[in-house]
Amino acid sequence: MAGALSSLAFGSVGGSAFERRAATRDPAWVKWLILGLSLSFFAIFILLPLIAVFVEALRKGWGTYITALSEPDALAAVRLTLIAAAIAVPLNLIFGVSAAWAIAKYQFRGKNALTTLIDLPFSVSPVVAGLVFVLVFGAQGWFGSWLGDHNIRIIFAVPGIVLATIFVTFPFVARELIPLMESQGREEEEAAIVLGASGLQTFWRVTLPNIKWGLLYGVILCNARAMGEFGAVSVVSGHIRGQTNTLPLHVEIVYNEYNFAAAFAVASLLALLALFTLILKTIIEVRAASQVAKA
Amino acid sequence: MLSRVFSWAGFVLAFVFLTAYTALAQTTILNVSYDVSRELYKQINPAFIDAWKAKTGETVTVNQSHGGSSKQAASVAEGLDADVITMNQAPDIDFLADKGLVAKDWKSKFPNDAAPYTSVSVFLVRKGNPKGIKDWSDLAKPGISVIVPNPKTSGNGRYTYLAAWGYALENLGGADAAKDFVKKLFGNVPVFDGGGRGATTTFSQRDVGDALVTFENEARLIAVEFGADKFDIVYPSLSVEAPAPVAINEKVVDKKKTREVATAYLNFLYSPEGQAIIAKYDFRPRDEAVLRANQAKFPPVKTFDVEKLIGSWADVRKTHFADGGIYDQISVK
Repeated sequence: MAGALSSLAFGSVGGSAFERRAATRDPAWVKWLILGLSLSFFAIFILLPLIAVFVEALRKGWGTYITALSEPDALAAVRLTLIAAAIAVPLNLIFGVSAAWAIAKYQFRGKNALTTLIDLPFSVSPVVAGLVFVLVFGAQGWFGSWLGDHNIRIIFAVPGIVLATIFVTFPFVARELIPLMESQGREEEEAAIVLGASGLQTFWRVTLPNIKWGLLYGVILCNARAMGEFGAVSVVSGHIRGQTNTLPLHVEIVYNEYNFAAAFAVASLLALLALFTLILKTIIEVRAASQVAKA
Repeated sequence: MLSRVFSWAGFVLAFVFLTAYTALAQTTILNVSYDVSRELYKQINPAFIDAWKAKTGETVTVNQSHGGSSKQAASVAEGLDADVITMNQAPDIDFLADKGLVAKDWKSKFPNDAAPYTSVSVFLVRKGNPKGIKDWSDLAKPGISVIVPNPKTSGNGRYTYLAAWGYALENLGGADAAKDFVKKLFGNVPVFDGGGRGATTTFSQRDVGDALVTFENEARLIAVEFGADKFDIVYPSLSVEAPAPVAINEKVVDKKKTREVATAYLNFLYSPEGQAIIAKYDFRPRDEAVLRANQAKFPPVKTFDVEKLIGSWADVRKTHFADGGIYDQISVK
């Protein structure tokens, strides 16, 4: 994040100076070739599918669109997706801040291992992530018989979906904060403590304002993934209509019923969420860049 | 900010438990089923709920779960709380019987070997049947392109393979001739989709292949969804009977005390009302009267029973579909 921010802050200035000087300027055809390549890739792989989602969603008119979204099963899917995100995001926020704090400010044994392991959910396939929970909490898993005896349902119920969501969105906040906090060092906090601030005061008044934009950025990405996750959630869901289907799972089910317009209507909700996330992300980047420039 | 976060989390948790609690307050049964029975049970469930209410005065809720049949069976084994299991092939229920969830003699618990309806493998061809495909032997001819889901992963594909095998046994005689025949037929398959619905999309949306081999109900549904003017259904001289078995999950009904309603639910599938809905969704009903009433839809077709002609499902799996089995041998090009 810190790297991305500085390149954003300085990239535009450096780039244009680079281009003004004849000695460092690329030949025109290279410039247009690269521009053309990246723009046509963008159009084919990003823009076209995005447009297709909305075109397909509205193919049978607004009436079908509204019906598809107000159907009880669709509403249940929206509700479950919101619940899962509302639990996973705050928990990962707390975890992310404390993990980044521990890694950036303290020295301890196993620090490198922790830094590496935080990324595990990024590198492991979501299906494997889901199966891990089945192996642990499933009827034939480690805790399965105990849970069964006590009538506690984890997988194929809401808790399992929340667990899987937490797992796959685990690294987002911590990943954003660790480089940021490491680059900021401890000087400002030390100054605050020397001036008589308590630990909590230091956190609220010094640390939090410093990491605010990185934190928000991480939370937004975390939320987008939490609402959009398919693989891991699909494994632990049990696919009970109206009960354990999240929005992405609902899209698949409706699509398999040959109900294409309704499937794309629900998919358009997810696409809107993605667009909204991007807009928020851009706003945060601009704000953060101006703050970096001011500092 | 943190305290606000905590109060939010508390609110959400309370909400989750509340919804979980209200769901438990009334009698609820869960039917875990395979992929293409969605439309059927969407209509069966409200009909059963009304019938149960009329009979006992109780309100029952029936929840549905659908997915690839073997995956669904695995979920039930891992604790998905299914009261009843409605599948499209016996091996998936045998698997649950091995796990101790379903009675070993599940086939004797309900009429017709616990299969309230069947289907048969048929061919779907392009309108007017331009390639003149009439029987299994035509599918094995050179230059014909056939769409079949992968027999390794799909029950639908497995039945297709076995139907072709049975046809060859009856008409060409001997396992060697049968092996040669299915090798030719499966050599004509350009792409193997993972499941029945994927194969349907390949054939009907992407216009690949001269014929799609699938269950009669799926073939009829395609004709309705994508236009009857585009496809014709062809009945081969001999097809395979694919019964759809049902069973009760003993462990769950004992725990939830839902044995009575779960049994009534499965028996409802055999009632004239249930059988009529089954026929409406293009599955072949067991009830003679309902079958006669829908004769136009279900032309008589000669079928064979896999376990009688080829062998028990356990043997079939071992000799044909296990790694290194006959299916693997014929698919080496």
